[in-house]
Amino acid sequence: MKMTGAQMMLDGLVKEGVEVTFGIQGGKVIPLFDTMPQYPQIHHVLTRHEQGAAHAAEGYARATGKVGVCIATSGPGATNLVTGIADAFLDSVPMVAITGQVNRPDIGKDAFQEVDITGITLPITKHNYLVLETASLPRIVREAFYLARTGRPGPVLIDVPGDVFMEQVEYHYPKEFDLPSYKPTLKGHPAQIKRAAKLINEAKEPVILAGRGIIVSGAYAELKELAEKAQIPIITTLLGISAIPESHILNYDMLGMHGMAYANLATDAADTIIAIGMRFDDRATAKISAFNPHARVVHIDIDPAEIGKNVKVDVPIVGDVKNVLTQLNKVVESNQHVDWIARLDDWRREHPGLDIRDSESVLPQYVVKLIYEVTKGKATIVTGVGQHQMWAAQHYHYDHPNSFITSGGLGTMGYGLPASIGAQMGRPKATVWCLDGDGSFQMTIQELATIQQERLPIKIAIFNNGFLGMVRQWQEMFFGKRYVATPLSGPDFVKVAEAYGIPGAMAKRKEDVVPAIEQAMKEPGPFLIDFRIEPEENVYPMVKLGGSLIELLEGEEIEKGVATP
Amino acid sequence: MTGNKHTLVALVEDRPGVLNRMASLCRRRGFNIESIAVGHTETPRLSRMTIVVDGTNAMIEQLRKQLDKLVVTMKVSDITSDDMIARELALIKVKANSTTRSEIIQIVDIFRADIVDVAADSVTVEVTGDEEKVESLLSLLHGFGIKEMSRTGRIAMTRGSSSLLGGEKATPARRGLK
Ligand SMILES: Cc1ncc(C[n+]2csc(CCOP(=O)(O)OP(=O)(O)O)c2C)c(N)n1
Repeated sequence: MKMTGAQMMLDGLVKEGVEVTFGIQGGKVIPLFDTMPQYPQIHHVLTRHEQGAAHAAEGYARATGKVGVCIATSGPGATNLVTGIADAFLDSVPMVAITGQVNRPDIGKDAFQEVDITGITLPITKHNYLVLETASLPRIVREAFYLARTGRPGPVLIDVPGDVFMEQVEYHYPKEFDLPSYKPTLKGHPAQIKRAAKLINEAKEPVILAGRGIIVSGAYAELKELAEKAQIPIITTLLGISAIPESHILNYDMLGMHGMAYANLATDAADTIIAIGMRFDDRATAKISAFNPHARVVHIDIDPAEIGKNVKVDVPIVGDVKNVLTQLNKVVESNQHVDWIARLDDWRREHPGLDIRDSESVLPQYVVKLIYEVTKGKATIVTGVGQHQMWAAQHYHYDHPNSFITSGGLGTMGYGLPASIGAQMGRPKATVWCLDGDGSFQMTIQELATIQQERLPIKIAIFNNGFLGMVRQWQEMFFGKRYVATPLSGPDFVKVAEAYGIPGAMAKRKEDVVPAIEQAMKEPGPFLIDFRIEPEENVYPMVKLGGSLIELLEGEEIEKGVATP
Repeated sequence: MTGNKHTLVALVEDRPGVLNRMASLCRRRGFNIESIAVGHTETPRLSRMTIVVDGTNAMIEQLRKQLDKLVVTMKVSDITSDDMIARELALIKVKANSTTRSEIIQIVDIFRADIVDVAADSVTVEVTGDEEKVESLLSLLHGFGIKEMSRTGRIAMTRGSSSLLGGEKATPARRGLK
């Protein structure tokens, strides 16, 4: 059967199970969009910016585990995707980005809206393709989806010249494809499993550092089994949050720059570190040269290049963490670490970290805590980047698997609103809360229109401190309190929402907080709350500038004048 | 961060843009490529690259893994400490006149190099060998005046019957051609 490139692309998407795409069209992809009505299985969400499309695809992918798809036209459409592609690359999010390109005869001539997007995205994609032969399109689509979701997931970009979309060729759906040089290792090497088990069995003071790899491979039960069997405390990275229910007795919360003191102290003191699906990012390890130098390290990751990259590893295991943990659980012995766990509990008592002080004003920590209480911990939380992101990570209790969606590696302001669109599309029945900063929110505020057009019941909580808060905190602590270019006068967010047809409320005083959250939950559609939070509230704990994990500022000390930053 | 020169050999798919991917990755990860040589192999779909790059063992191992991770690479190996044959070819255009020409020819003979072109005031020498040999020939020719030079950079292969994809050193989990 003969088909156009556009038909082959969409047929490929349907065969890959794609139900929703995000993006904006333009000259070179009009033929693709013109063909969409022939494929009603696919719902296209028109975002208001291509960055929003890319983040929405990420949010969708992270909420569902499926590949998120975004589409943009050539030139500026394609470059607008770049931030989202980079974000997906750093957080290992499965994504296929489809871009239009100028017609084949025009490539390399600086034609209107020509940009070398495969060149631009070379270092931020797992792989990318420029389709020069229409007949190769079906194979490329298959390969792209396969690459995006297997191994260590990541973004794959397909750049398609306009004339390829229009050309008709004989269509063969490729049953087989050949990627001879791509063979991710999925099973752990048995000898390494044995060595790791020996190390774990001998450990006196072990911790597990759990990262997003647990969530990607769905290894929740296996992680829990390992921890329970050998009685090992679990500490998560930012992206590992919700890999283990936070109410689990062996959960000791997040480590790192704004991690809990007890998590950092335990990581620093441990004699054995079992790192699972995490990559020793500097926000997690703090000063890398001071990162627990005496621990023996088992590192499990599907990406061999992550092993030994930042931290010296004693037993590397390359493989899918679910497989590896299944293998490991068979050989790890039941164990007790009563004294060690008691020490962690002491640290937690001495450095509570999550206590919220009394205040008449709207404290951000209190807002997060009440969103948790009113949603009974069942919401999917999506965030922007900044202080509010850290408060969201710290003060919500994530008891449900994969319930925290945030931009970790790239730390992209503007991620929250579009990512929550994707998350809500992927989880239509879930309660999705977007916890955003007033700065982050204004970077992608136009996606309110998308929310309205798609009638998505997203609840938006703006932590409005009138500052680029996280930067202001650094200025306060490390730059002599000179608030250069951080005060931020925003619009009246409730009125903005109203203009988009979205109801909202403002919470100025402490007693407004609960009614506003309850009102949002009662509203069947989207709802926005403008929380006027304490403007100069800081995120604690915080690792000192350039400090190690245990060189922590814990808030109170500063306020009491005991420590200077 | 003192390292030494490492020789990486890579088997990569023979497709447009592959060299760019390899070189771009080296740049992004902060490595300075001393030389890179690419050519066909015994297998039609594969090219072979020899990359010479500076770094500590740990740094080079990280680079090797990152290169190996690219979808277009079949295998990347650091053969620096292996028993290897490393060669490069250089073309050297040397100033020559009737009095110096015979002296140059003598030197070239000692190095088992060839004169591949002669002009009124120059000769062009082709030499193949390891870098040391090329360097010592160069130093001897320097006195006559070098007008132009072009070097291919190193290509390398391990000695013995093993090969990059099928040798004794192969580990079971190694990637292979389907
Ligand atoms: C796109 C982008 N630009 C700049 C930054 C640097 N940055 C990190 S946090 C932050 C402030 C964020 O302000 P806001 O969204 O209001 O959140 P808050 O910290 O006040 O909670 C800035 C500017 C960033 N992470 N991303």
